[in-house]
Amino acid sequence: MTGPIVFPEISWLALLPILLLLGTSLLVLLADLWSEGPDYDALGWLGLIGLGATVLSCLLLWKQQVTTLAGVVVLDRYGLFFTMLFCLGAGLSILLSMNYLETTDIRTGDYYTLILFSTLGMVLMATSPDLIVIFLGLEVMSIAAYALAGIWRTQVRASEAALKYFLLGAFASSFLLFGVALLFGASGSTLLPDIAHVARSASGDQRFLLVAGTAMLLAGFGFKVAAAPFHSWAPDVYEGAPTPVTAFMAAGIKAAGFAAFVRVFFDALGPLAADWREVLWWLAVATMTVGNVSALVQRNIKRLLAYSSIAHAGYVLAGMVAGSNLGGAAVLFYLVVYTLMTLGAFAVVVALGRRGQPNENLEDFAGVGLRSPFLGFAMTVFMLSLAGVPPFAGFVAKFYLFSATLQAGYVGLTVLGVLNSLVSVYYYVGVLVKMYMSEVELQVLPAAERPYLLATLVVAISGTLLLGLFPSALFELARRSFLALS
Amino acid sequence: MLSAIVFSPLLAALMLLFMRPEQHAALRRGALVFSFIPFALSLVLLWRFDAASGDMQFVESVPWIRDFGIRYALGIDGVSLFLVLLTTFLMPIVILQAWDVHKRLKEYLVLMLVMETGMLGALVATDLFLFYIFWEAMLVPMYFLVGIWGGERRIYAALKLVLYTMAGSLLMLVAILYLAIAHHQQVGQYSFEWSHLLQLTFSPETERWLFAAFALAFAIKVPMFPLHTWLPDAHTEAPTGGSVILAGILLKMGTYGFLRFAFPMFPQAALEFMPWIAALAVVGIVYGALVCMVQPDLKRLVAYSSVSHLGFVMLGMAAWNLQGVQGSIYQMLNHGLSTGALFLAVGAIYERRHTRLIAEFGGLWARLPVYAAIFLVVVLSSVGLPGLNGFVGEFLILLGSFARFPLAAVLGTTGVVLGAVYLLWMFQRVMFGPLKNPKNETLNDLSWREIAMFAPLVAAFLLMGLYPKPFFERMEPAVRQTLARVEAKRPAHTASASARPSLPARGHVAARGEGQQ
Repeated sequence: MTGPIVFPEISWLALLPILLLLGTSLLVLLADLWSEGPDYDALGWLGLIGLGATVLSCLLLWKQQVTTLAGVVVLDRYGLFFTMLFCLGAGLSILLSMNYLETTDIRTGDYYTLILFSTLGMVLMATSPDLIVIFLGLEVMSIAAYALAGIWRTQVRASEAALKYFLLGAFASSFLLFGVALLFGASGSTLLPDIAHVARSASGDQRFLLVAGTAMLLAGFGFKVAAAPFHSWAPDVYEGAPTPVTAFMAAGIKAAGFAAFVRVFFDALGPLAADWREVLWWLAVATMTVGNVSALVQRNIKRLLAYSSIAHAGYVLAGMVAGSNLGGAAVLFYLVVYTLMTLGAFAVVVALGRRGQPNENLEDFAGVGLRSPFLGFAMTVFMLSLAGVPPFAGFVAKFYLFSATLQAGYVGLTVLGVLNSLVSVYYYVGVLVKMYMSEVELQVLPAAERPYLLATLVVAISGTLLLGLFPSALFELARRSFLALS
Repeated sequence: MLSAIVFSPLLAALMLLFMRPEQHAALRRGALVFSFIPFALSLVLLWRFDAASGDMQFVESVPWIRDFGIRYALGIDGVSLFLVLLTTFLMPIVILQAWDVHKRLKEYLVLMLVMETGMLGALVATDLFLFYIFWEAMLVPMYFLVGIWGGERRIYAALKLVLYTMAGSLLMLVAILYLAIAHHQQVGQYSFEWSHLLQLTFSPETERWLFAAFALAFAIKVPMFPLHTWLPDAHTEAPTGGSVILAGILLKMGTYGFLRFAFPMFPQAALEFMPWIAALAVVGIVYGALVCMVQPDLKRLVAYSSVSHLGFVMLGMAAWNLQGVQGSIYQMLNHGLSTGALFLAVGAIYERRHTRLIAEFGGLWARLPVYAAIFLVVVLSSVGLPGLNGFVGEFLILLGSFARFPLAAVLGTTGVVLGAVYLLWMFQRVMFGPLKNPKNETLNDLSWREIAMFAPLVAAFLLMGLYPKPFFERMEPAVRQTLARVEAKRPAHTASASARPSLPARGHVAARGEGQQ
């Protein structure tokens, strides 16, 4: 005799950001039915408003700490911080797309729906302390992203990227799921606090299961954040996907991967830190080095930025190795800054592209800085910031990260990280060389004629400059958010 | 006050940004007027500077990034005072030179002014984080100056400049972070303030590593042999104005860094390494001079002469006594003025003939008497003729280093002789003899603008050569304090061994004497 189904208490307030985002996604999906192309800007605006509302709700709920739905969703600062970050990334990607889509054959409003659904998945990943929900979130995010990568159906390159992304992504997801199963086998729960409880006193076979599960999770998350040696998909997919989607993947999906990665490893697997920290150390070094060294020889700007994004994942991993509160806060801060710089850089790539002529090779940057001073200035800011040159935000972000690793006693890791930054200077500055020091060939449409693009660039530049000069407020926010993890 | 000096060029650069790029005359005049503002302000600074004090003056300190105890902290003392003046003094001259720049003039002027802010900031920052920001920030405009306005191999030279400098400075950043964290461990809070970090103590092993990290960054910038290879390329490819700034001020950042940070913060390691630094300095002096002897290219010759001259600066500093260090600061100023003037002179002739090969010239005196006369004064100043500025600095350096490293001083003296040989020989080949090359027959002599460019420099040569007292008076208290910081750590037996009638020992005694009273 089964009893009546017991519904868990639901705190609607705690679900507000998720519901807002879900509502927006569905609204855009419905609105798409009534909107007739070829101009889908209205859908983009609808999405932007929804994302803005979500950010607003996060700000209102900032002081709350609620666990609901039998513990599978938690409203804490950590989740809210990332929710806002994802909304920022998604918002900028949408802004970027509104001008980009004009130059392509992508004539469907689903584009915006997919971005919003993917963002919803990210938010679930960041706000849930339950491995199953995290996995669901990851799948929602990824499936939407697979579709986005291939949304330009007439492009063979994009279809190839989508297929590659899908196959490898599915493979990685199964690793992750296997890891979840192992952890469940060891602890009898998928809730992070329960796993942590078991992990504290585990021994023998139970411990073996936990460590094996951790390794599987590491591979799964490693794939999503494009850490070496799970990075090989990134350059191909980044190159093939439509540029705003690439930007969205480079910024949003990576940040979401890290959001779940950090929560799971610090909340549930913290007691096993002695086992995984060493591995993470090697992953960090390998990721930075592979990313930076490979980027040196790239001729395509999207591939270059793909390898650069791999390298930056390495720096963030180094912050995770440090593990302290400082390290955690530095990771969060870094992801915000990284989102701004990377989206900005991709926005410049979009700005150079024209119908039927994507202009994605480094050669196409020749003389851009001279012909279009604003775009040149923008790219200079982003490249120098990515390279970690003061006074831009990228420098401060690296400064926090490396302070954390140094404070935790990882002198070797810090020095390797810094030397990696040096390598990266070469290729970032290489872009500037092309822009300013070679002859002009390309006629660039001034950014001012494309308002959405201009808006994206202005937001990204001002963020990169302001956070470089006045990082304290955001860092404090990041610190408090990280402390929300138990 | 200091903030106004540091940021007035940046403000000027922002104003220039709003002017139309094709209004060349207005841009040049605007930049020239603006560049006088920091100079005027720094003259006020000089006037109000308390010569009797060796402490930081005109201190400004505001919290900036609180979690890490980072402050926006500025201050100036006798060590940095004249370097700041040198910077603000050279800038209007460099802008006057920009009358010869026609390509993308607006960007050129803007970058120059932005760089002035970076250089001034690095000189007066007393918070190491802030220092690092300015230190890196001045590299970016320099990179563009070389890369856009440079000669044929400009891209290679610019990239080499950036990579070399960054390689050193990134390791320095790690060391700076390490210091702040050590301050947290030893005192209980983070701090990047120079005066706080001076109080830290380390194990000899750690200190050596930290010193090495700082010294590498500064040695690349100086540049010390064997890290100098970026310099001839950058110097040769840079536009004239860029070379003047590079030689005049940027290189001084390295020597200044040694004096302000590397030596006083890690005294034990510094004392251990000083003989090595002296040795490398001597190698640099002689090597630079020898390479100069065989240079066919005027600009490259001047570039290599920088390697030689900065060897002197490092030699004086490695001696670490009052004469040596005062001489080396003086020589920094001299080198800034003389080599800056040499680059201007080479630039002036390059503008006329578009070649820098010595073999293309000869007998120019007949055709260009004013130019030749000014060039002669500049060359003699660089050679170290008594009565001009170079002599005072070199003399003091040799005097100071002889007390500590007699052999190095003797070998260094050959550099003075070689310097006279290669510079005068170059002058002879360019100016004297018959005017053989027909292309040189139509050259015009210096314009009034160009004379205005050289006149203040020549005046400074004379002033500094004949009446150096006001300079040394203002430097001395700060130099004595700096010396004492390291001398306090000198092991007793070496201190007595070097207790020759040299001023460091006196400074040492004086410091102790004060303690006893």
